[in-house]
Amino acid sequence: MDNLVMATPEQSVTERVEPLAQPPPSIEPAPPLTFQVKNLSIWYGEKRAIDNVTLDVASNAVTAIIGPSGCGKSTFLRALNRMHELVPKTRMEGTVLLQGEDLYSKNVDPAIVRRRVGMIFQKSNPFPTMTIGENVIVGLRLNGVRNQKFLNERLEKSLRMAALWDEVKDDLHKPGTSLSGGQQQRLCIARALAVEPEVILMDEPCSALDPIATAKIEELIYELKARYTIVTVTHNMQQAGRVSDYTAFFYLGRLIEFGPTTKIFTNPSERQTEDYITGRFG
Amino acid sequence: MRRSDSHIWRKIKSGLASAIAFISAVLVITPLGLVFFHLVVNGASSVSWDFFTKLPAPVGAIGGGMANAIVGSLELLALAGAIGIPIGVLGGVYLAEYGSARINSVLRFLADVLNGVPSITWGVVVYGLVVLRVKGFSAYAGGLALGLIMIPLILRTTEEVVLLVPNGYREAALALGVSRWKTIVHIVMKTASKGIITGILLALARVGGETAPLLFTAFGNRFWNHSLNQPIAALPLQVFTYAISPYDDWHRQAWAGALVLVTGIFCVNVLVRILTRGRASSVV
Repeated sequence: MDNLVMATPEQSVTERVEPLAQPPPSIEPAPPLTFQVKNLSIWYGEKRAIDNVTLDVASNAVTAIIGPSGCGKSTFLRALNRMHELVPKTRMEGTVLLQGEDLYSKNVDPAIVRRRVGMIFQKSNPFPTMTIGENVIVGLRLNGVRNQKFLNERLEKSLRMAALWDEVKDDLHKPGTSLSGGQQQRLCIARALAVEPEVILMDEPCSALDPIATAKIEELIYELKARYTIVTVTHNMQQAGRVSDYTAFFYLGRLIEFGPTTKIFTNPSERQTEDYITGRFG
Repeated sequence: MRRSDSHIWRKIKSGLASAIAFISAVLVITPLGLVFFHLVVNGASSVSWDFFTKLPAPVGAIGGGMANAIVGSLELLALAGAIGIPIGVLGGVYLAEYGSARINSVLRFLADVLNGVPSITWGVVVYGLVVLRVKGFSAYAGGLALGLIMIPLILRTTEEVVLLVPNGYREAALALGVSRWKTIVHIVMKTASKGIITGILLALARVGGETAPLLFTAFGNRFWNHSLNQPIAALPLQVFTYAISPYDDWHRQAWAGALVLVTGIFCVNVLVRILTRGRASSVV
């Protein structure tokens, strides 16, 4: 059932991933990088969640992070916009560069980091006290934008980019929570796009959605790639295969393998990666 | 044979437990019914237009009303609210959003202790701290005493409803690059606003009926209060004064005052019910 619904996007994904896989990675010109993560380790209290991870995230591409529960994928994702700091008693070592700038240098305001690096969560969370329209522009409003004309333009633009405009354009005054689950998730994507980030992080964005809503989000991810760098955590191996250009496999806080998605899925170098992808554990 | 015996015995025990629970429930509701019935029987006839619009009649004269006490109570509630609402709400938000777990548990414990302090104690405290120092009873002192009672009440209810706001909303706002305090004010407190308002209304209803803390602070006044530096009348205080007086007419007015007070508090509670009715469907 799942495969039937997904047949078309899957084909298109394979087509567009192929050029990456054809030339051997070594002679391929280095793609522009959005994130450069070096020797990143993160502790929650005594527990080490991320263990010495070094990884580069390519610009205008989708990087998928896979791995069993508790392997540190979400922590790694949250380290990319400093959201992991919300948990008390976290400690980190190493560096994370965004376009060459250190995200963790002392004079960097986490709020500014998060404006540049947006995030979509597993459970769609439109604000229940706000209408659909208010939800989209809340980030701009609370960051001090008052110009109504600008807000209206950004509202429509963000909803169009999130492929939601046609469905809600007559219902902008209705509560955000009145939408279906899939629409709510696209509303959250529109809300994140409205502040014009450079990167979008997605933490299992489809795990609470049915296959049709999932297909729409995946299509959207493909379209957004042209303008944004996307990093997505997923439990769904097929999804990682369908939407991503690069895949990172995490296990017990370590980065086991990282490379073009086609290589990871067809010819992984590590035994653990193969075992996980083929469903032998995890 | 033994099986059915134990079955019957179990039925008897179950029936007995239900009966005791039912009687207890009736016993809980009875006083409310009795009080209201008594108030209506004794007070309804004295609740008239005059009661709401006239000053108390001079001693010995028949008639007059409690207009000054009704307005005085509202003024005292406004003063109490001005102290109790901001401190209580902000304190509750602090407990829910900031601070370390250990210090917060101490603060929470202290707030619970304060909630249990007899209300007359607050009157004595304000008498010692304010009334003796400025050498005079005043509306300010009365409002302060009531406001101090409101602080821990509002603090605890605010904390509870703010904690009920799912973390996903905080994270969503922070991930948009919204600062911490804007997230708390515009997202968290807005989401919890119904619950916060409910807590405020319940606290106002609670202190609106307080008499003891006003005895040595607001003191009472048979005339209009023209300055908040002066003693001021309050409905419960007036009821108290009239109830222990030797005059029948004053007794009737005390009943009427009590009826108005209880009705007012009843209305606030109904308002709270209406506000919280949608709670199951919304988030908090």
